[in-house]
Amino acid sequence: MSSTRQGGFLALELDGAGWDGAHLTRAVLAAESAGFHAATFTDAPAPGRANALQRAAFAGPATRTIALVPEVDTVYTEPFHISTQLASLDYVSGGRAGWIVTAAESPEAAAAVGRPSVTGAALGQEAAASIEVSRRLWDSWEDDAVIRDVATGRYIDVDKLHYVDFDTAVDFETRADFAGAGYSVQGPSIIPRPLQGQLPVLAPACLLGEVPADAVDAVLVSAPAAELLAAEVRDVRSRVAAGVAVVAELDVVLDSRGQAAAGRVAGFGSGRANYAGSAAGLTDFLTELLEEADGVRLHPASLFVDLEELGRLVLPELRRRGVLRPLVQDGTFRDLLGLSRPVSRYATAASNAAAPAGAGK
Amino acid sequence: MTQHNRAKSDVFVPSGQIQFGVFFQGVNSGTIWKAAESGSQTDFESFRRIAQTAERGLFAAFFLGEGLRLREHLGRPHALDVVGRPDAQTMLAALASVTTNIGLVATQNTTYNDPADLAHRLASLDLISGGRAAWNIVTTDNAWTGANFRRGGYLDHADRYKHAEAFVETAKRIWDSWETPDGPARRVVHQGQHYTVDVTPRLPRSAQYRPVLFQAGDSPEGRNFAARQADVIFSAHPKFDDAVEFRKDLVERSLAAGRGANAVQIMPASEFILAPTAAEAAEKKEWVRSLQIGPQQAIAYLEQFWGRELSSYDPDGPLPEIDPVVEETSETRGSGFHGAKARQLADQWRAEAKDKGLSIRQFVTSRTARVDSTFTGSYVEVADQLAEFARVGAVDGFNISPWLIPSGLDDIVNHLVPELQERGVYPTEYRGNTLWENLGLETPVRSSDAAAEAVRA
Repeated sequence: MSSTRQGGFLALELDGAGWDGAHLTRAVLAAESAGFHAATFTDAPAPGRANALQRAAFAGPATRTIALVPEVDTVYTEPFHISTQLASLDYVSGGRAGWIVTAAESPEAAAAVGRPSVTGAALGQEAAASIEVSRRLWDSWEDDAVIRDVATGRYIDVDKLHYVDFDTAVDFETRADFAGAGYSVQGPSIIPRPLQGQLPVLAPACLLGEVPADAVDAVLVSAPAAELLAAEVRDVRSRVAAGVAVVAELDVVLDSRGQAAAGRVAGFGSGRANYAGSAAGLTDFLTELLEEADGVRLHPASLFVDLEELGRLVLPELRRRGVLRPLVQDGTFRDLLGLSRPVSRYATAASNAAAPAGAGK
Repeated sequence: MTQHNRAKSDVFVPSGQIQFGVFFQGVNSGTIWKAAESGSQTDFESFRRIAQTAERGLFAAFFLGEGLRLREHLGRPHALDVVGRPDAQTMLAALASVTTNIGLVATQNTTYNDPADLAHRLASLDLISGGRAAWNIVTTDNAWTGANFRRGGYLDHADRYKHAEAFVETAKRIWDSWETPDGPARRVVHQGQHYTVDVTPRLPRSAQYRPVLFQAGDSPEGRNFAARQADVIFSAHPKFDDAVEFRKDLVERSLAAGRGANAVQIMPASEFILAPTAAEAAEKKEWVRSLQIGPQQAIAYLEQFWGRELSSYDPDGPLPEIDPVVEETSETRGSGFHGAKARQLADQWRAEAKDKGLSIRQFVTSRTARVDSTFTGSYVEVADQLAEFARVGAVDGFNISPWLIPSGLDDIVNHLVPELQERGVYPTEYRGNTLWENLGLETPVRSSDAAAEAVRA
């Protein structure tokens, strides 16, 4: 598949920018002008970390091309809220929103909302359920549901709104062991269909299995060491459909301002592969890695220090080598991933159905 | 830290000032979508333009509503009015990056959110915006809304405020949990009837200490809740005499709750229909009402109470002679309506319409338009009226629902605001960068000092 691709993409994790508005703006603009295709926002509980989705939303009006992709937990948050918040992010970013699905395994997150801690396979089941509900809610308004028809006084065409009728007991009936507390969501969404129709959904490879591979648009792949990453990417690619992007996760610390990378950071401890060294070495490493992976997400050890090196030395050289896919001004995140804009799953059903949609909720 | 100057006092002192807020309503029947100049209700540009115009007019706050389920009419989504809106906090976070001083108020429900999660998200918005966030606290108790949430419809009506108050107390304790701006945070534990929280908060205090709290309930329980917990009350007593009465009542309740006489500000929802002359304003009002309540809206309004289809009736004719279908009533058909009263209500309305010689459309217009909360007139007239409110301290400001998006604030900002400034009753610049400063609120009392024992529900 790599032979038909038009280059890979680079995402940058922006957690290091913190919660201050001025720092956030500076970071995301620097990432955009450096030529990163996407910015991601981590959201696991940690002191000083503000809500990821809001940080992404703040970055929306300030930027033009970079995709904005927050992590959003599926276990301890309401699926209806997740879906409408992400759809809203798509509106405020002009169709550049995505979603990194996470499933929090932390007892602290459970205690904070007074729910029993979820572990093991149940994490993936919660994630799968949330993805399914969100996708249905995004489709619950057909694209042309807002008609503003003055003659009939109708603002919306009710036949183009749909109840999602999601119920864990029914939708996961093949898994009688759905371990989370069962729930249902009625719909329709409170917000019209997102600009992209469906936001790209990214999930870490560890959730695959419980989360069906066809439920996601991209898989994030980790490995214990940089030299194992390409093999891990190949392994994951063999388990997902051809259209699913495979994205490698890489911690990065670069020689900078006369200081060796090794001297700047003692150790990451993130569980991700890491690269420490010169910009030229990283450029070569990424060139090879992007032969296997559709994209790489970089986690810089120090956001502003490493971003400066990346923007000055690494990205220009990768672009010169033709390794990176071109940036599309005013493009959507789906455009970047090479995904077409899907029709709502309810659209055909509605036009063929005799009975009005949603009657007898 | 920001200095808050006003000290607690037992005597109410009018500020002599009027503040404005703007309520971008989203789902509602008041926003005109049929006019040529009506813009998108969901595009970011509409929100940006309203927020930036408001900021140009030195408005204190920009409000958004919250949607949890689509309204229905006779068992299907309601088709006639503006419907669909972005998530409040997501939109406000985006607006924070294109504004600098205006407060950002998110309406958020206490029933279908978790206290620790909501408190964290509001704290995030507060930090990202540099101390401009606020929470408009609302409650819901119906299973119909609950059908979209894991929690379902678990809350009894009687428990609504008890639950909401425990929720708000928990949120305040979370915001108070940092001893100093650098931490460390104290663990916050709440064990109650409806939820359990055990959390070590992650975010420090913002430049305004914590998000400002708005509250809209108007029942005695709602007023007491506001007097104990809120910074600003946002309920509708915009007529002068009513407003004065409401202020007295609220001052008494605030003092009874151990707070200062000026502790809770009043900012009622309102609508402005303005023009250079009174005659033009009156004409404009006719136009606005005709677009708000068209023939289909008039019939649908009655259908909501009749519980049956009435499309064969002429909107310009008299009210229907047939009676409501009581057994088909349900909570999805609007608040405040109870099946048993339908017949009685219909009789009453028919008599009233007949007495006054009103058609269906005229009658519905008289019922639904913001009759009590509309200021209609020339810029000069309305400015004089508002100056009188300011002089006696009847209200602290008005929360304006524009009937047109996105140009609905233009005449207010361009013409009314300068008139008010000339009268010395409206700010000529922002006092500071935080909402707290701009509203001139009293210093907040740390909830851990005052209310640790009050958490019970």
